[in-house]
Amino acid sequence: MKALALQIASLARRSVIRTLRQPAAVFFPLVFPVLLLAVNSGGLRAATNLPGFPTDSFLAFALAVPFVQGGLFATGNAGIDLAKDIQTGFLNRLALTPMRGIALLAGELGGVMALGLIQAVFYLTIGLIFGVSLKSGLAGGLVLIALASLIVLGFAAFGAYAALRTGSTEAVNGLFPVFFIFLFISSMNLPRNLMTVAWFRYLATANPVSYLIEGVRSLVITGWDAEALALAFGVGLGIVVAGFSLAASALPERLGRT
Amino acid sequence: MRGRQLLDVAGGVAWRQLHNAILNPTIFIPSLAFPLLNFAAFAGGLAKVRDVPGFEFNGSYTTFQFVFVLLQSAAFSGVFSGFGVARDFETGFTRRLLLAAPNRTGLVLGYAIASAVRWLITASIITAVAFAVGMQVGGNGVDLFGLYTLSLLVNFAGTLWATGVAMRIRSQQAGPVMQMPVFLALFFAPVYVPLALLRGWIHSVARVNPLTPVLEANRGLISGEPTHVLVAFSLGVGLVLLFAFWALGGLRRAEAAG
Repeated sequence: MKALALQIASLARRSVIRTLRQPAAVFFPLVFPVLLLAVNSGGLRAATNLPGFPTDSFLAFALAVPFVQGGLFATGNAGIDLAKDIQTGFLNRLALTPMRGIALLAGELGGVMALGLIQAVFYLTIGLIFGVSLKSGLAGGLVLIALASLIVLGFAAFGAYAALRTGSTEAVNGLFPVFFIFLFISSMNLPRNLMTVAWFRYLATANPVSYLIEGVRSLVITGWDAEALALAFGVGLGIVVAGFSLAASALPERLGRT
Repeated sequence: MRGRQLLDVAGGVAWRQLHNAILNPTIFIPSLAFPLLNFAAFAGGLAKVRDVPGFEFNGSYTTFQFVFVLLQSAAFSGVFSGFGVARDFETGFTRRLLLAAPNRTGLVLGYAIASAVRWLITASIITAVAFAVGMQVGGNGVDLFGLYTLSLLVNFAGTLWATGVAMRIRSQQAGPVMQMPVFLALFFAPVYVPLALLRGWIHSVARVNPLTPVLEANRGLISGEPTHVLVAFSLGVGLVLLFAFWALGGLRRAEAAG
């Protein structure tokens, strides 16, 4: 058990340092979602005049989106870092050591998790600075950060799976737009009950990302909504379990010890 | 003789760029997928925004958003072409081309032609999808010709901007420098609602954004109520001229760098 913890800690330390040493890997996941938030909250402010819109601040409504978008960036970052390790032979060298597969997965995602935490605090701070008040209070803020971390972990596990399956940074990069589809076809810009185009509403309802966004959003604009939070944490946990299961299934092939 | 050389070089470069872009799905698909994804997300997910009091537009929200997506595809087709120029510098291809080409201005012209043809393919697909999902057009043939011509000017401007950046930085790391200003210029225009419905800082920015009259003119043309057309065409031509100087300046820098 102690050896496993040591293995995870060593790899996680390397992963955190590597992530923080790449300015582009830190800068864009922080800045791009905030830019999109600024653009959408400015451009769609008029939507708050629609009957049934749940708040009079579009910024508060849209603040949930960067937390999930940050998770999507985690997919790319985690996948690219792991794919680089495969391409450079680092994983092959690790295979010569007694390193356990689970330690490798958990450790490799350390950097992304650290960045995810920084992102969550950053987005929340930006929201508060620009006048958003959390209806769920300080405790809600902590739950929000926990939920955001869970989302990052889940998407990062999928990124790791993609890297382990393909072993190519280019292929992981190519997956990024695919994950973005999930964000765009969701309730990111309007509540589902205000979507008038039926096919879009069905897709948004079937899309797990909608529930992640709505869970985060409930903490900001509603307060403590047990159903929204249960759905968000349930979906988040489901993504984590599915992502790690897939990654673990792809790992033996990459860590083949002869 | 000089004109003939210019056209020969431009033709050769354009053919190569198009051949690479169309036969390589990883190059062509993103430039098609992003506008289609935005179209689905905006026209499908935000249709209710059409009901906001004061939303003045003679047509459906699908038509309203089609114009933005068409313009976005035009600008980003140019940016994606810039990625190709940067890639050619990294592989050393452009340096060999600079040695071989009897008229180097033809390189810039070739990139612009290839980007325009590539965008016309993308625009045809987006238009077909828009009609398939029920887009209504109020404008006549002349109006629609104006719509696509104006968008083509934006495509030229985008290509020349990205080519100028690529020739100065000569690395694919220039990607965000090419992309971000174009993204901001597009999204700081009245994307989701007409200019009159924007409030606060985004209204002030949109009013001075050169793409706002272009977007408004295009929306007027498609709905059969032309507005700001002369201003929009003047701005379009002005942007092309400005970025043509920028791109040619980049070419001189690349020549000087050897």
